[in-house]
Amino acid sequence: MKPFDVVILGAGIVGSACAYECALAGMRVAVVEPAVPAGAASAAGMGHLVVMDDSEAQLALSHFSRELWRELREALPQTVEYEECGTLWVAADAEEMEEVLAKQQRYANSGIASEMLDERALLEAEPGLRHGLAGGLRVPQDGVIYPPTAAGYFLSVAQQRGAQLIQGKRPVRAAEGEVVFEDGSRLSAGWIVIATGTDTSLCPWLKIQPRKGHLVITDRYPGVVRHQLVELGYLKSAHSVSTDSVAFNVQPRKTGQLLIGSSRQYGELKRKADPEMLRRMLDRAVEYMPSLKQLSVVRVWTGFRAATPDKLPLIGPTPDSTVLVAMGFEGLGITNAPGAAKLVLHHLTGAAVPMDPMAFLPSRVARAEAVHA
Amino acid sequence: MKHSFDIVVVGAGPAGLAAATAVAEAGRRVAVLDENPRVGGQIWRASLSKVARDRSKERAVARFEASGAKLFSGHQIVDGDAAGALESWVAATQSLETFSFERLILATGARERFLPFPGWTLPGVFGAGGLQALVRSGYDIRGKRVVVVGTGPLLLAVAAHLKQDGARVVLVAEQAPLSQLMQFGLSLITRPGKIVQGLSLRAQLANAQYRTGCWPVAALGDGTVTGVRLSDGSRTWTEACDLLACGFHLVPNTELATLLGCEVGDHGVVVDADQQTSVASVYCVGETTAIAGVDAALLQGRIAGLAAAGRASEARTLHMQRDAERSFGRRMDRAFALRKEMLTLAMPDTIVCRCEDVRFSQISQAAAPGNGWTNAKLQTRCGMGPCQGRICGPALNALFGWKNTSVRAPLFPLPIAALCSSPLATDDATTLVTQEN
Repeated sequence: MKPFDVVILGAGIVGSACAYECALAGMRVAVVEPAVPAGAASAAGMGHLVVMDDSEAQLALSHFSRELWRELREALPQTVEYEECGTLWVAADAEEMEEVLAKQQRYANSGIASEMLDERALLEAEPGLRHGLAGGLRVPQDGVIYPPTAAGYFLSVAQQRGAQLIQGKRPVRAAEGEVVFEDGSRLSAGWIVIATGTDTSLCPWLKIQPRKGHLVITDRYPGVVRHQLVELGYLKSAHSVSTDSVAFNVQPRKTGQLLIGSSRQYGELKRKADPEMLRRMLDRAVEYMPSLKQLSVVRVWTGFRAATPDKLPLIGPTPDSTVLVAMGFEGLGITNAPGAAKLVLHHLTGAAVPMDPMAFLPSRVARAEAVHA
Repeated sequence: MKHSFDIVVVGAGPAGLAAATAVAEAGRRVAVLDENPRVGGQIWRASLSKVARDRSKERAVARFEASGAKLFSGHQIVDGDAAGALESWVAATQSLETFSFERLILATGARERFLPFPGWTLPGVFGAGGLQALVRSGYDIRGKRVVVVGTGPLLLAVAAHLKQDGARVVLVAEQAPLSQLMQFGLSLITRPGKIVQGLSLRAQLANAQYRTGCWPVAALGDGTVTGVRLSDGSRTWTEACDLLACGFHLVPNTELATLLGCEVGDHGVVVDADQQTSVASVYCVGETTAIAGVDAALLQGRIAGLAAAGRASEARTLHMQRDAERSFGRRMDRAFALRKEMLTLAMPDTIVCRCEDVRFSQISQAAAPGNGWTNAKLQTRCGMGPCQGRICGPALNALFGWKNTSVRAPLFPLPIAALCSSPLATDDATTLVTQEN
């Protein structure tokens, strides 16, 4: 008998959530992490739990996932800093206000609470915003967490259920129920789940591109911002496939600190922050919230999102019947991790999920490529 | 504003001044950047000017001023690239300025090391050097009962200075055992000047006690410090005080060197015989390379200045003397080495990272085998506050052996305005290249 039912490669938030679900389902689990758990994209992101409505599949997955986070809330340790601060989508002009209306409709159709704000209500909700904005949409049940400790929680629950964390060993091959490590050692399991973020060395056929982002964190200014603020133009920025883009995106942390984003760059692999991109990103933030200018920046860092051609993650089986992937979450890996883990479990055990798992199958990207060719 | 120089020196302490003087005297255009309003660095700024005139400082400053080197005070380096540019933040004008260079000499000095012990975050507990600086800037310490604890030559100097300013220094508690210090003292027989300095400091303390082989177990007080519990290994006792000054020797400021990609070893930035780092365009001098005192700093500064100016051979005669000073530093490290008791002072609820309020138990939980500081940082946020691990980093290094290798710009907190297109800045201001000297 193989020593493990499932070996999960990668202890980021997605791999950790998969370990959690599989361990709770009674499987014998191993998690492999060559570096530090939750040390890559999971450490670099904002930790915004948000329902995104840019496609039906995304809406279903992010809604499902956000509700899973809300159910976990009581169990999560204090250090996860879960706060249901809500998202406030900010509309700059009348055109964007129309989008607010459409967005509210889409949310309402899925049973997601949201509330339209006119200019006055917007300024009451967030007095730091500049005057002259058109309004906004508040989604009160969205929230924020600190992702590394959330991943740590998933991992520790899995470990309490017997999961083994194998740290410091780099897998170089994952196929036919066997993982081969750099040092030549091997590990066999019924299934292998690859959850290695932007690193596609074990599954090079996947169409995943690193998409660089910058983030800034300030000193502590409690109460300056109350909601996760996102400009409605964010989707335009998030979806532009070719050009570099920035968007106004500010998050209040439980500590009183503010996280300020966001930028998106393809084909840029240097870790170092780019002063020009940073300037554009902060200019955008200050344009929406002039008072930010006086605040003190404590740290600036960058990270890489795992972007897929159609903006949806790749979750499910591969041509090798022993290998599954859970990759390509772009900027939604934190939000979607619990839902993705349920999808993985669905593929392993047939457990039900309240959405169409086919929408996330890795094979769809290959199919789409074939059609285009 | 943009500036262009042949050589840029970061830090205007003894090492930086000596380096800049040598460069300027060799006819090259040199700028010295320092965050403080005056030259001298921590050591000369805090020197016992009222106690004794410091002739080596006066000589070095006079020669620097005559050399033609250009001084930029109030410049804090926030970013840099070994390929030839530094970015400094000037608080006075609320602006960033850029300095391009061919060669760079780092003389970023050292800071006090703190070790966490129960109560060390109580109001009234200060860093020894920090308290001295506070008194310098006007804090009235007259009549206050002060206990000085920790380790290192700085303790005596600080105690003497505080006494000079009217403090009642009750006790100076040095953790190193007398036997260890005696060895250090004996090894100084060849260096009479240094011993005399030590003895005169001791004499100035007069009736204050200088006790070796004892250390703080806890700072006591409800709301503010009222006493300190001390131990010498066989008994513990309490000394009442109004202020507690503590410092556990010094650690080099290696952040800028790390950002520039220079190799950093256990004692500081790694340099060769010409003070050149692993990055060819960057030299490093003084305490940043290893804690060895003012004399080593002056020699290293001169050697690096000449080498960076293309006159390395002229400095060869100084190498032996420099190496002797370095070995003095190594002996000092041994004399003031932390005894094992210093590493077990923190209780589970003792705060280790002040910026993020992280307690010892949280960090020790994250300190599983195979996990370094990165994991502890991610799981507890220790070292992620405004000081960027400058305070808790050396403590974590002593307690767990962790090193902070992730250094990012900005090296110090900056207002957001500094990083975006300021409406105040004209296009002219950003493209202007001034020719200094």
